[in-house]
Amino acid sequence: MTPFTYFRADDTAGALRTGAGADARYLGGGTNLVDLMREGIERPRTLVDVTAVSTEIEDDADGGLVIGAGVTNTALASDRRVRTRYPLVARAILAGASAQIRNMATVGGNLLQRTRCTYFYDEAAACNKRVPGSGCDAREGFNRIHAILGASSACVATHPSDLCIALAALDAEVTVVGPDGERRIAFADLHLLPGETPERETSVRQGELIVAVHLPAPPVGRSAYRKVRDRASYAFALVSVAAVLDVGEDRVVRDVRLALGGVAHKPWRATRAEAMLRGRFADEAAFAAAAAAELADAAPLRDNGFKIELARRTIAAVLYELAGEAA
Amino acid sequence: MMEFARTALRYVPDALLPGTRPKPVRGQHGHVGEPVSRIDGALKVGGAARFAAEVKLDGMLYAALVHSTIAKGRIASIETAAAEQAPGVALVMTHRNAPRMKAPKGMMDGGGVAGSSLPVMQDATVHWNGEAVALVLAETQEQADHAAALVRVAYDPAPALTDFSVARGKAKRPDSVLMEPAAVTIGDAEKALAKAPHRVDRRYTTPRHNHNAIELHAATVAWDGDTLILHDATQMLNGTAGTMAGVFGIQPEQVRVLSPFVGGGFGGKGLWTHQILAAAAARLAGRPVRIMLSREGVYRLVGGRTLTEQRVAIGADAEGRFTALIHEGVAAMTAHNNCPEQFTFPARHLYAAGSFRLEQTIAEMDMLANTFMRAPGESVGTFALECAIDELAETMAVDPIELRRRNEPERDPTSGNAFSSRHLTKAFDDGAARFGWDRRDPVPGRRREGEWRIGMGVATATYPYLRMPGNAARIRIDAHGHATVSTAGHEMGMGTATVQAQHAADRLGLPLDSVTFEYGDSALPAGAMAGGSQQTVATLAAVTAAAEALIKELLRIAGNDSPLAGLRLADVVAVDGGLAQAGDPTRHERYASILARAGRDAVEAEAKAPLPLEMLKYSMHSTGAQFAEVAVSDVTGEVRVRRLLGSFDCGRILNPKAAASQFRGGIIMGLGLALTEETLFDARTGRVMNPSLAEYHVPVHMDVPEIDVIWTDLPDPHAPMGARGIGEIGITGVGAAIANAVYNATGTRVRDLPITLDKLL
Repeated sequence: MTPFTYFRADDTAGALRTGAGADARYLGGGTNLVDLMREGIERPRTLVDVTAVSTEIEDDADGGLVIGAGVTNTALASDRRVRTRYPLVARAILAGASAQIRNMATVGGNLLQRTRCTYFYDEAAACNKRVPGSGCDAREGFNRIHAILGASSACVATHPSDLCIALAALDAEVTVVGPDGERRIAFADLHLLPGETPERETSVRQGELIVAVHLPAPPVGRSAYRKVRDRASYAFALVSVAAVLDVGEDRVVRDVRLALGGVAHKPWRATRAEAMLRGRFADEAAFAAAAAAELADAAPLRDNGFKIELARRTIAAVLYELAGEAA
Repeated sequence: MMEFARTALRYVPDALLPGTRPKPVRGQHGHVGEPVSRIDGALKVGGAARFAAEVKLDGMLYAALVHSTIAKGRIASIETAAAEQAPGVALVMTHRNAPRMKAPKGMMDGGGVAGSSLPVMQDATVHWNGEAVALVLAETQEQADHAAALVRVAYDPAPALTDFSVARGKAKRPDSVLMEPAAVTIGDAEKALAKAPHRVDRRYTTPRHNHNAIELHAATVAWDGDTLILHDATQMLNGTAGTMAGVFGIQPEQVRVLSPFVGGGFGGKGLWTHQILAAAAARLAGRPVRIMLSREGVYRLVGGRTLTEQRVAIGADAEGRFTALIHEGVAAMTAHNNCPEQFTFPARHLYAAGSFRLEQTIAEMDMLANTFMRAPGESVGTFALECAIDELAETMAVDPIELRRRNEPERDPTSGNAFSSRHLTKAFDDGAARFGWDRRDPVPGRRREGEWRIGMGVATATYPYLRMPGNAARIRIDAHGHATVSTAGHEMGMGTATVQAQHAADRLGLPLDSVTFEYGDSALPAGAMAGGSQQTVATLAAVTAAAEALIKELLRIAGNDSPLAGLRLADVVAVDGGLAQAGDPTRHERYASILARAGRDAVEAEAKAPLPLEMLKYSMHSTGAQFAEVAVSDVTGEVRVRRLLGSFDCGRILNPKAAASQFRGGIIMGLGLALTEETLFDARTGRVMNPSLAEYHVPVHMDVPEIDVIWTDLPDPHAPMGARGIGEIGITGVGAAIANAVYNATGTRVRDLPITLDKLL
């Protein structure tokens, strides 16, 4: 690990003062950043500990919630308001990592966690994300966990967060504060597709600090988070589905939110499937057709072709179950 | 050679073969067979047990390693200046300044125990991707780690054979497989197969696996002149001492290896390059050195289980009796190790058949030496064999347990030797009754619960009895009648010290707290390697011999005034803290009294275990039946194991609590083998791509269901204390039992491990 200077910030202003430098990184629970530093992938010269900044969960005027970026995953998942009004969020968090990691990890850090591509982690491998322009060893290598949607020739990595999939489905917003002031980012605009610059993963600028996540008032309908992975716990999603479904008494879909994890470089909001389903009769055929349409552009690699079928089936099964509950 | 010895010994009566007549404890004392809790348990829970990476020595430096990033070639240049100038750095060692050392000797090729017999850091040659090319010593671990990251290495790569699909084409038959022939042929199995009314002929593959003991490999080393003190995490104390002595050109007595606690071994805690590099660096720096591999370091420097590609073909007559049994295949290996993954061994002993062709080859690759990993051979060999039997049972519409029963052999089917003790049929019957095998629907895919399809599977477990020659024990009884039993044994968490104390207490007629079992130090009488599931029985044999020698000595010094006067070894039993005439408890004297009259502070005796001739005269194997019930999601293909049961025939069980834990641990490892574990070895580079517990999936708590274990507890009349080893059999058969259950649930047969969900979509 490269030596670094450690600061503990008491408030946002203090964090920004030390965190604005090009070699600085904000430190949440460290459950990802410290690993990356140990591997020599991240080499900040300054670490600004922001775990004491923004640690509250507050009711918002519009009926939503404002979640401080320093709130731990465990605190968020066990908050009564979250559990009752946003069970999707609690379920997504509890589907991830382990109890010990959730106790340390923060909401802000969770949003910025980096891919689990094994070539990204290995300094001996070519990786455009780690060293821009060096190539991508994953394209022709082990890519069972890699992207089927929105990938580029430069990068086929996936985004690993569970929480973010739920936040994408809920149309959350993220508040960042930087040297130029405060701004809000719609969740769909927070994470980026890789394109030719896979080293750029979010629209958060250097020096900016995530201070809060805004959850709008809870959507009407039932929700579910289903995560499919290689063991029962402590594994990243091969495919995950966050869904909210509102079906009327006439069995017609009034509203649906659908986001996918494990399939792309960002949380994948399934807008095409949503559009197909709104106003449609909620039955198995409609769900299967919507899932198929969402995956129509999927591009498999050597090892991950199964994800297309897995994603279709999981989407359809989750929606079918939600529709059944609603009936 | 082994064949000749076996044939000859078949005609020698037991009375003339000391090892084949184990000596039971005379008199009932009641320690052996009791579920005594591990005596090291409180030490570990309380943090008082000191492991190799916790030994602190004055002036100690910390080591960090730089690993190669090519599979084969030469180091063109190494820039060490930046590392040398980094804070706290005492030394950077590379091939340019490493002391001259002999190549370590491997297990089969020269009496050593090294995992690889390649020279260590002696020139610019790179032998595998991940080999250590530089070692940094610094005042703190963090300083060493940082400095290691500053070392810059440039390579001249050479063409490397890292693609198994290429290496397989050059596979060759080794001279032998662990001293057994690489091929066994009886009759014309291919012809018999072709003529058989029922047959299966299938290919199975198993991937590489890595060792993932909780305790990372570590050593703390110091030189005292030309004497090396090595605090190690090892399951082979004496072999490590001898091999290290050979590397450094000193006498074995000049190497002392200490290893009182090992946090999991499984075959991986042997002698690898890190101990040699640490000792070399300590000599160069003139200071003690601590080396603890990172988890990635374990994947780069410590071998694991190799991959196999196997064919099993079985021909059966109308009644299901095997007319042909073919098990053949290839395993990847390096030219510098001796672990060919003996996957054809189960088929040599498990079933009667009219003809056999059992043959395995090896495909050499440029990679880290593969090594022993819990039931090498049997773990993956039973996967292929026991799946094939299930497939045959399916085609014949016969219950798979019944099919096995019809092929139960009377004698060892390939060696012709008598079994020392075999109750596999009982293990199946007991297991089937307890598991509820009669509730299995023979038609796949019919039992459902919501989106989950439910299935049951069964398979045979097997692991050979082994007892290696050469180990000894010493027993010392002091004036208070307290016994200390000493041997260079190993405690890796399986209960060695507890079980040996139980036996010694019974053997000497003492309460458990009057016995101390001393182990974990190569300076003690030569111990049994903790490998091949043989340490317990080998140690029992040595302790029994030492106890006899001690009793002889006690009778000699007892004198004419003792109630024991005139009695000989054969006349006495050890009971109530002393010796008594067998059948006459009034002629009894306590050890303390014998010693007091003789004016002795202590009396001691040392003896070697008798030669293990029982292994040659008899076919000795533990066996068992593994049962699994799984649920498979119709939507996602996820497999959840709902119940597991292991029913074992391993001779006498010495401590049911420790044994149950061993069995369960093995079964959990088998669950990982079946469903989750796979080392991702990149064929382009020969590099392991998932060297971490996050990406290499061992089962986590939520993957592990309730595991029931039962055993026959029928003593083996030819094994010490009637016991055969139990450390490895637990993993065997589990892969097949789960694969067979998955088939029963879904109708999909997965022949390539691990059974991940994509194979079931």
